[in-house]
Amino acid sequence: MKIALVDCNNFYASCERVFNPKLIGCPVVVLSNNDGCVIARSEEAKALGIRMGTPAFENEDTFRRNGVAVLSSNYALYGDMSSRVMSVLRQMVPGMEVYSIDEAFLSLDGGQGESFARELRATVRRWTGIPVSVGIANTKVLAKLANRIAKKTPELNGVFHLTSSGNPDEALARVNCADIWGIGRRLAERLASGGIRTARDLKHADMPWVRRTLGVVGERIARELNGIPCLTLEEVAPPKKGIASARSFGRPVELLPELEEALATYTARAGEKLRAGNLLAANIHVFVETNPFKPEQAQYSAGAQITLPRPSNFTPELISAALSLLRKIFRPGYRYKKTGVFMTGLVSGRNVQLSLFDKPQGENDARRALAEAVDRINRQLGTNAVRYGAMGTRQRWAMRQERKSRGFTTRWTDLPVARA
Amino acid sequence: MIVGKPIPFEARTKLHVPLFSAIVQAGFPSPADDHMEKSLDLNEHLVRNPAATFFVRVRGDSMRDAGILSGDILVVDRSLTPADKQIVVAMLDGDFTVKRLCRKGSLVFLKAENDSFPPIEVSENQDLVIWGVVTFIIHQAR
Repeated sequence: MKIALVDCNNFYASCERVFNPKLIGCPVVVLSNNDGCVIARSEEAKALGIRMGTPAFENEDTFRRNGVAVLSSNYALYGDMSSRVMSVLRQMVPGMEVYSIDEAFLSLDGGQGESFARELRATVRRWTGIPVSVGIANTKVLAKLANRIAKKTPELNGVFHLTSSGNPDEALARVNCADIWGIGRRLAERLASGGIRTARDLKHADMPWVRRTLGVVGERIARELNGIPCLTLEEVAPPKKGIASARSFGRPVELLPELEEALATYTARAGEKLRAGNLLAANIHVFVETNPFKPEQAQYSAGAQITLPRPSNFTPELISAALSLLRKIFRPGYRYKKTGVFMTGLVSGRNVQLSLFDKPQGENDARRALAEAVDRINRQLGTNAVRYGAMGTRQRWAMRQERKSRGFTTRWTDLPVARA
Repeated sequence: MIVGKPIPFEARTKLHVPLFSAIVQAGFPSPADDHMEKSLDLNEHLVRNPAATFFVRVRGDSMRDAGILSGDILVVDRSLTPADKQIVVAMLDGDFTVKRLCRKGSLVFLKAENDSFPPIEVSENQDLVIWGVVTFIIHQAR
């Protein structure tokens, strides 16, 4: 068996570049929600020493001095580009597991080796504009490792076939344990205490010792380093266990009405997600929290949950349950940073048990028709074109996204204006 | 002519145009029932390769004589190999432009389709990338 791990290079920055050629060749960073931290960097930005996860304000100087293009995250765009990349890959291989927004494991046919990987890479690049790196090996852990080497070694031009390039141990010796998929820093420290520092060390380590030190999961990783497949390709995504919608505010919020607006908005979004998956939620959890990064301010966080009389995905019902929970946990006098809602106990909308207190069928139909009409309008005219009253209209608490590129992928109304 | 940034497009929504419609009379089966065919999906016609197809809005009239007017939407397929005389969306020195691609020996021209716009000869040191091949032009009639 052969497995390839395909990983998009600097995915968010690359997406932005497909539609804004002026960003090509210049350092690009993408910031997290609320323009807080750096979450993606182009190669040029990495070379400037801008670190992943660092707050934007710490880098303002570097940004200005080097003409760095700084963008808010545009998840609608990244999501669309991701599904294009995945669809190109799916057309080319017998099986695949979408591992994250910008990574996929592929199972390869016997004949599909390095030259196939180059063809794959060129096709994704031409069709979508996104550059990818490909690592090939016999197991998922080794494919991940091969991909890392492909990325870090420019001479390889984005493709590395671990098992066809001489002794794999040479490559393994260059990778620290902390950088092996599934190991991480904490487990790497434990390994280091036994003198195991690189992937090659772990590959040849005494397996019973590895199991005692890292447990069964660690042993599996070590076996995968030996080319023995222990992790299978998960081609079907596991069903959703819960749906969450939560965000930090653009500025601290102190008043209950503003928190209510925000929570109603997130709850409406969660309701949309439920209906899109034809799911109903049995339980609703709500939380609030202040900003733990401001220890000088009074701190408070709290959560509450309720089980609905029967599972629902009807937004007005969800909002009224969420707001009643919020009113229970809200304490005045704090500067809140975040609120959100989780829905759990998800069941398929098709097989719901009717309860004693169920509404007559006609009323249920009318509610479903209303929710569907709202979803349809919002899909066509943009998020929250139609809103429930509780969501408010001013939304002064909304996320800061001052430098977001346009919704190229998702809105006719957002079409970019071009010059003649 | 400069065109706008390309608009990614996904053939997810389907526009159903019924092939024919029969008014059903109560109590009688429609004589058309046995002859129903599937509805036409405009995406099927306009988008051969959804993963590689993007929409681009046009601003300007240098391509007027090729039937491309300001405000039109181009269907652009990035998976096609650009050939001589095809209309392409190109990135020239950091701007998107739509033109007819013309090759003469080793020379590359981006030709307008409007006498008031001279052809652009792309010099060696200019940065030209053919972004995609235009397959359809969507023009609103009113």
